[in-house]
Amino acid sequence: MTTATPSLAPLSRPRSGRLGGLWKAIRQHPSGAIGLFGVTFFLLMALIGPLIVPVPRVNVQARSQPPSFEHILGTDNQGKDIAAQIVHGSRPVITVAVLTGLITTAIAITLGALAAFWGGLFDRVVNSAANFVLTIPYLVAMTVLASFIRLNSPVTQALILSLWSWPVLMRTVRAQVLSLREREYVEAAVALNLGTPHIIFREILPNMASYIAISMILAMTSAIYAQIALITLGLVPLSDMNWGRMIFIARTTGAIYLTDTVWFILSPVMAIALFQWSLVTLARSIEDVFNPRLRSGA
Amino acid sequence: MSQPTPILSLQGVHKYFKAGRKTIRVLQDVSLEVAEGEIVCLVGESGCGKTTTGKIIAGLAAPTAGKVFFEGRDVSQLRGEDFRAYRRAVQIVHQDPYASLNPTQTLYRMLSFPLFRHRLVRNGAQARARVLELLQLVDLTPPEDFIDKFPHQLSGGQRQRVSIARALTVNPRLIVADEPVSMVDVSIRVSLLNTLSDLQRRLRLTFVFITHDLAVARYFAWEGRIAVMYLGRIVEIGSAPEVTAQPQHPYTRALITSLPEPDPELTRHKERLSLRSEDIPSLLRIPSGCAFHPRCPWHVPKVCDVTLPELAPTEGRSLAACHVTAQTSRHLEALSAQKA
Repeated sequence: MTTATPSLAPLSRPRSGRLGGLWKAIRQHPSGAIGLFGVTFFLLMALIGPLIVPVPRVNVQARSQPPSFEHILGTDNQGKDIAAQIVHGSRPVITVAVLTGLITTAIAITLGALAAFWGGLFDRVVNSAANFVLTIPYLVAMTVLASFIRLNSPVTQALILSLWSWPVLMRTVRAQVLSLREREYVEAAVALNLGTPHIIFREILPNMASYIAISMILAMTSAIYAQIALITLGLVPLSDMNWGRMIFIARTTGAIYLTDTVWFILSPVMAIALFQWSLVTLARSIEDVFNPRLRSGA
Repeated sequence: MSQPTPILSLQGVHKYFKAGRKTIRVLQDVSLEVAEGEIVCLVGESGCGKTTTGKIIAGLAAPTAGKVFFEGRDVSQLRGEDFRAYRRAVQIVHQDPYASLNPTQTLYRMLSFPLFRHRLVRNGAQARARVLELLQLVDLTPPEDFIDKFPHQLSGGQRQRVSIARALTVNPRLIVADEPVSMVDVSIRVSLLNTLSDLQRRLRLTFVFITHDLAVARYFAWEGRIAVMYLGRIVEIGSAPEVTAQPQHPYTRALITSLPEPDPELTRHKERLSLRSEDIPSLLRIPSGCAFHPRCPWHVPKVCDVTLPELAPTEGRSLAACHVTAQTSRHLEALSAQKA
């Protein structure tokens, strides 16, 4: 690994950076590359798909059709193109997933790191809160909440989902920080008087970067399941097009019993499964991107 | 002896840790004065409290009882900028070069953070110049080859040099070196020790050097003092040549006689002090009286296991906490008094 002689590039700064590392990791881990490709594909679908693909229209002449050149995933019981619905339905699902992942991670890191660092009362309060949240049956609570709060905005949905998903990640962040803060380089930073924010954000968190990224992706995947569950159960208003809504409608219009609507119910299920699989596959190769040992060197 | 205020002094420092209901007495009544520019070596077996002493000196742990004075001021009373100034003035170099450097930072980042934080440089160019200078100072040459490396690209000895450079970023006056060479290959120990000695002279640093290896202590602190610790107490303290040539305390003697000499003939015929027991007692159950009595070949029943000996003048010029040497010394004094 360190076979390159140091005098080869004395003045240039041989830093490949995160992006270079990502590229290297992709070359070394084809499955990670597939994951990245899948995630990019779905993100593009959510971002620009609705701008390209026309909004599907009702067509009573072409109800519940199998896949064809005209309708690559067939049509639903109203004759609407399923592929177009998948494209238009991806945006709300992915928006909520990304937002939930970000909010959950932000809450978990802030509370976990500070609880570990300050200890004492703050630590006890945060832990009690986490235990409290973990003991509440999540779907039941959502059912109750849905009758109080209008869940139609993606931000509200993400906030509510995050409210339930932060404790697990918070605990692991706390445990990691508790262990990392005992490292000698942290002690050296204390002796050098570099300050608590520096110690948390520069000394401790970078050592958990891959872990945090993976946790964020996993928080996204569970956010998708939770969100689809809410919609499929009909707890969220069915205002916009959405994979969960497709499952809900397919189910309520009898797709479970009728064989010719199998494409209608299977398409969103497959979309969800594929997106989740891409996320998890990507998460697995992320470790290599953040590990400086693997990132640099010849 | 009227001397200027010592840069650092410990007065009756105790450190206890709680383990469940039991109390572990890691340090008991440790008093030590370190003069500016001096080298003091703390020597002892693992568990004797030398690392804890180092952490207390560096302000990384607070004593359970007793006081630490930095330039005559009680450290526990320092607040705000005064405390931070003390913190910066005393830096620590850790034992394990693999755990003491953050694996996610290049040497430049690692060494420039403290420079920026304490406004020792104004911009990136100055920081880079200063980091190169620091790397040069610890003999990582040419520094341009090292500045953008990550710790995993360096050897143990090189990492330890980075650790020293990091301690030097804030222009400290006292460095606590906690076993800085014990985890480094034997072949590069001497060059690392020479770098440290060189820095000590050039930057007029004060060193508290912690080691379990008397040979290393003797080499590094030849012009300084050695304090031998046993189960949380200093049992002998004196100038390095005296302690190593004429050890007074039986424990120091045992340590010295167990050192191999370069000449195998000499080693073979060296008089060994045979201990009554090889086992170090647990810190949870420190023996009564002199803690060394269960192992001591000179053990005097009903004296050594009852009364705690205090550091007292001996036959030589060092101080030792031993009833036997104290008695001999008193005896000699009485003899010389009779003659006079």
